[in-house]
Amino acid sequence: MTLELRGITKRFGTLVANDRISLTVEPGEIHALLGENGAGKSTLMNVLYGLYHADEGEIFLDGVPQRFAGPGDAIAAGIGMVHQHFMLVPVFTVAENVMLGNESTGIAGTLDVDAARRRVREISDRFGFHVNPDALVENLPVGVQQRVEIIKALSRDAKVLVFDEPTAVLTPQETDELMEIMRQLKESGAAIVFISHKLREVRAIADRITVIRRGAVVGEASPTASNAELAALMVGRPVELTVHKEPAKPGAEALVVEDLRVVDDSGHVHLDSISFSIAAGEVLGVAGVQGNGQTELTEAILGLQHHVEGSIRLEGRELVGRSVRRVLDAGVGLIPEDRQVDGLITGFTIAENLMLNRSRSKPFNRMGTIQRKVLEQFANEKLVEYDVRAPGIAATAGQLSGGNQQKVVVARELSRDLRLLVAAQPTRGVDVGSIEFIHKQVVATRDKGVPVLLVSTELDEIAALSDRIMVLYRGRVVGIVPADTPRETLGLMMAGERPEGSAA
Amino acid sequence: MSTTTEIPVPANAEGIGTATSTRGLLKTPILFAVVTLLVLLLVALKSRRGETTFRLAVDTDLFELPEVAVSSTAGTTTMVVLLAVCTAVSAVLVSRGRRTPLWLIAVFSVFAMTGFLCWAAAGEAVPVIGLLGGSIALAVPLVFGALGGVLGERAGVVNIAIDGQLLFGAFAAALIGSMAGSSWGGLVAAMLAGAMVALALGFFTITYFVDQVIVGVVLNVLVIGLTSFLFSQVMAENPQGLNNPPHFSRIPIPLLGEIPVVGPVLFRQTILVYLMYAAVAVVAWALYRTKWGLRVRAVGEHPKAADTVGIKVNRTRYTTLLIGGLIAGAGGATYTLVAVPQFGREMTDGAGYIALAAVIFGRWDPIRATLAALLFGFATNLSGVLSVLGSPVPSQFMLMLPYIVTIVAVAGLVGHSRAPAADGIPYRKD
Amino acid sequence: MNDEVEPKVSDTGTGAPQATEPEPPPPPSLWHTTLRDIASGHAMVAFLSVILAVLVGSVMILATDEQVRSAAGYIGARPSDFFEAVWEAISGAYAALFRGAIYNGEAELFETRIRPLTETLKFSGPLIAAGLGVGLAFRAGLFNIGGRGQMLLAGAAAGWVAVSVELPTVLHLPLAVAAGVLAGALWAGIVGLLKARTGAHEVIVTIMLNYVGFYLVFYALSRQGLLQAPGSGNPKSAAMPESAVLPKLLGDRFNLHFGFVLALVAVALVWWLLNRSALGFRFRAVGENPEAARAAGIDVGRTYTVVMLIAGGLVGLAGVNQVLGTVTSGVTVDLDAGIGFDAITVALLGRSRPLGILAAGLLFGALKSGGFAMSASEGIPVDIVLVVQSLIVLFIAAPPLVRAMFHLPKRGATA
Repeated sequence: MTLELRGITKRFGTLVANDRISLTVEPGEIHALLGENGAGKSTLMNVLYGLYHADEGEIFLDGVPQRFAGPGDAIAAGIGMVHQHFMLVPVFTVAENVMLGNESTGIAGTLDVDAARRRVREISDRFGFHVNPDALVENLPVGVQQRVEIIKALSRDAKVLVFDEPTAVLTPQETDELMEIMRQLKESGAAIVFISHKLREVRAIADRITVIRRGAVVGEASPTASNAELAALMVGRPVELTVHKEPAKPGAEALVVEDLRVVDDSGHVHLDSISFSIAAGEVLGVAGVQGNGQTELTEAILGLQHHVEGSIRLEGRELVGRSVRRVLDAGVGLIPEDRQVDGLITGFTIAENLMLNRSRSKPFNRMGTIQRKVLEQFANEKLVEYDVRAPGIAATAGQLSGGNQQKVVVARELSRDLRLLVAAQPTRGVDVGSIEFIHKQVVATRDKGVPVLLVSTELDEIAALSDRIMVLYRGRVVGIVPADTPRETLGLMMAGERPEGSAA
Repeated sequence: MSTTTEIPVPANAEGIGTATSTRGLLKTPILFAVVTLLVLLLVALKSRRGETTFRLAVDTDLFELPEVAVSSTAGTTTMVVLLAVCTAVSAVLVSRGRRTPLWLIAVFSVFAMTGFLCWAAAGEAVPVIGLLGGSIALAVPLVFGALGGVLGERAGVVNIAIDGQLLFGAFAAALIGSMAGSSWGGLVAAMLAGAMVALALGFFTITYFVDQVIVGVVLNVLVIGLTSFLFSQVMAENPQGLNNPPHFSRIPIPLLGEIPVVGPVLFRQTILVYLMYAAVAVVAWALYRTKWGLRVRAVGEHPKAADTVGIKVNRTRYTTLLIGGLIAGAGGATYTLVAVPQFGREMTDGAGYIALAAVIFGRWDPIRATLAALLFGFATNLSGVLSVLGSPVPSQFMLMLPYIVTIVAVAGLVGHSRAPAADGIPYRKD
Repeated sequence: MNDEVEPKVSDTGTGAPQATEPEPPPPPSLWHTTLRDIASGHAMVAFLSVILAVLVGSVMILATDEQVRSAAGYIGARPSDFFEAVWEAISGAYAALFRGAIYNGEAELFETRIRPLTETLKFSGPLIAAGLGVGLAFRAGLFNIGGRGQMLLAGAAAGWVAVSVELPTVLHLPLAVAAGVLAGALWAGIVGLLKARTGAHEVIVTIMLNYVGFYLVFYALSRQGLLQAPGSGNPKSAAMPESAVLPKLLGDRFNLHFGFVLALVAVALVWWLLNRSALGFRFRAVGENPEAARAAGIDVGRTYTVVMLIAGGLVGLAGVNQVLGTVTSGVTVDLDAGIGFDAITVALLGRSRPLGILAAGLLFGALKSGGFAMSASEGIPVDIVLVVQSLIVLFIAAPPLVRAMFHLPKRGATA
């Protein structure tokens, strides 16, 4: 089935998210949609899937114009979507998830679960998925959950398949497997839309590439184009793809972690036997696929985890067992992995957010009363220093773009007297300009002699900023390797394979 | 290229969420032990003389069961021993990593109650039939209310307004029942009244995204104000014509109604009780076995996922809430169409909040919520029976029981309860 | 190995995209903004909500009025009768409301004329105090529906100190007030503690504690030696002794007592707490985003406990107000007089801001005072006040609905 989008425009208030976008995807073709955060890729796909209604423009399938009042219509027309955040009910079984919205029933609306089980097995066998229809989705690893999403789409006879950032949660090996599946689907005649911001993957699998920027199509590219060409097209200016930094001048060991073990309330072990150290003036990158213990590692250092064994010593002082407040007092700064959740209070003003973790002490607090003059002056200074684009310090953090929100977090943490910086996904969902700024700040912090723990699921970010790289897999250290370790080796380590000769 | 080796993996790093820690399982035997000790303390600290008699028969029975009379102390002590045995069994099961089965909890509860009654009613006769039958009668509005609540919450709408639905149902049943001169007319009116409150709840929470708890609380106050206003202003002027509905009478079911104990308790009741049995069965079946139920649960757990497979989230929430309103409204009818066919100000006396407690204590499951409602009805009735018998426990403490039990439940001291994931969260499309 | 960096730009995947680099929008003209704020702001919505609710209340009064109904029966024949009846019912009701709440022009003496206003203030006192208790908890993200239980416990404790110890007024009164506030604080503190320790949802726990508190106080009131008046068989305590009663503010001819002043002091304290203090900053941080507060070193559990303690103390002040000020004839289980729930509506109408709560408390105090007058002189059941009050809150909570009804511009829409 041929999919054609013609002149799709979608506005949110004054913001034009999609500006007259046109796109054609033929059967048996993988068409990549490339663009940076906020470029409007997801909006476009939500329009295609009937979740949003386009203000202008039309959707054609095999030349027939379509009107989708909701996802139900899109599905009925043969469109299937593999969502970036899986659209699966965690407490349902695989079969229940697959049948949902498309149920076969017996007498009086009774569910025919057997029919759904058969359907799951049939599709699963066809692609070699090995998915048990009676497993609860919440008990499945993410890779398998993604296959359930694919089965869901296929069980509805989708002819056009949309993959929305499908590799974000996968190991390089799982990514390879997914690409194999996509090729198989392509051969069976499906039209595939592949949404991504990862140049390498797009180049590897796409037959055609459409680049969008600020809601509009800015050009088509062939898979043979270079990374630099694609990046320039995506961002709109030549992008400096390297981070300039001097070689590290590591000082004495500052952070020493020994035999760290983290268990959650229900008894799962999230981290085990973790030992490493970071020297003053050194960046240690933590690589790994999302969900392999990185979150728990940063939370354990901050004192946010309840059941922590082992030792975390900063300049000789033990951090394990301290409250978050006392960890912060010891000079630990945190750029959390999800600023909207842990980093900012979106309803608070920028000034209040800048004071968030310092409301107990001078200069902002005197005898329990907040010193508003002091805060105002401080906030105005930081706004300029960290290049936060905002209407003023009284604007709420929620009014800012992702990049500027992140700059507020960075400003708050770096303006304290730090003995350690923990930066988790510091550039996630941030525009390229802010990425460059934040990277420079991380390097500058290192050069001031502060040890930096950098956690990122983006291998390229790790490679560019780190002085050494530690790879986590299922809560354990696979190895700690030099920053110039080949990407392929790191990829294998992220899948749990330990390189010979490296120390765990 | 370097060769690679597999690294060892923490034992339970795979299958996240499958293993339940023994810490969670341990709660049941610990609770058993505490209850056992409490009953033991009763005999130890304040031993009571005399015999406790359990009357088990009524004259409609097919054959008559004899009265059971036991010495108070001996009876309680026996029960303490049995309770200790149950506790031990539970502890052994948990030490082997298994959970305590529901039947053991039920058996334990019966032993505990018997032990307590042996002690509390020393020198008196306990009318077992009246105690149990009365509990059912008191539990009827709670069960209907809880079923309505379960439906709403399963679809993701927290329903604090159960009390308003009961009260409005009671009012409508009295008014329309009187005007139409028909108790069936009253029942239909009650159900519609419950649905009206549900509609208001849906209108503000689903369409206008107002906080569900706020709307629920305010709707309760609104219904109190509305019914009290109309009661004084309209009903009080003509109580004969407007507040005098014909009531439902008891319908004994042939044969079933003649079985000793079970018959008079369960099968010599009004049509509303039989409707309640049906409602429990139908709701449980519909929620777990039908396409509709699967969709309702999906909407309550992950509305966005439901939306992406073409399910109309907010429409599903509205219909589920309305069906729940019809059911809860029927519960309201029990106040004005059964024993005393007359409406009075604020006559539900917060029963809706007990129904809400039953929803939570019953872990958002229709069957468990029903059992919880029955338990709460029993506690209320027991306090009445004991105060007649002149028990040493003040009735106020018995009446507190449902509420304390619920606090204990939500504090996670008994089992782990998980609300539907999207319960209380409005669904916005963008 | 190339050391290129791919510009990494993962989509968040949710909702509307953010502009990549939004330039700060040019500031709109001040005049324009002011106009918009009035038209689309909260004050306008609040005002219109009150109007709407009063309209609905009026319709209820009309629909149930004898004269209006009978005149409606022959509206075709003599429409003037119908409109006359409508006018009489409505004007009578609102005149009575005004006479009962603000100023009674019909009375002879000046004292009697302004008496309604003092009654309004008297009713407002506990509404404001309890409203602050609910509102403060709201600001920290907690829904305190436990006003009834907290007031009961506070009233019982204050009453117990009042009747069971003998002291001179300078000691007795403050001690009784403190006991009440403390009891309310502790009763609510249980909720905070349970939430902090076990995650038990405060909505459920507060509701349940209302009933537990009710039966507990009921029990104490029906026991000789606990709270029951000596020699009495009723669930009621002895009358409050003179030494523990809040003094009258305007002499014995008026009921307005010192409790109102305490409520005003509470407003000032809560205002400082929320807007100027570091503690209040942390309360608000926890209320807006507990995760971020935790990561910023704020002990969220302890904050919940502290907030509930203070909130319970404020609600307790309302209970004290009732027992030692408004109804001094003895503690009963009805002492909360619905204030525990009214407080929720007060807090919502006042948007959980201290000054808003002050205004909302005064409004509902006036409605209460006027409602009694309306019921006495016009025979309109006082329950109408409950209806109007709850409707106000429903409308206020749904600004888009009110805007749609009055065709106001949407908030944040472009002109």
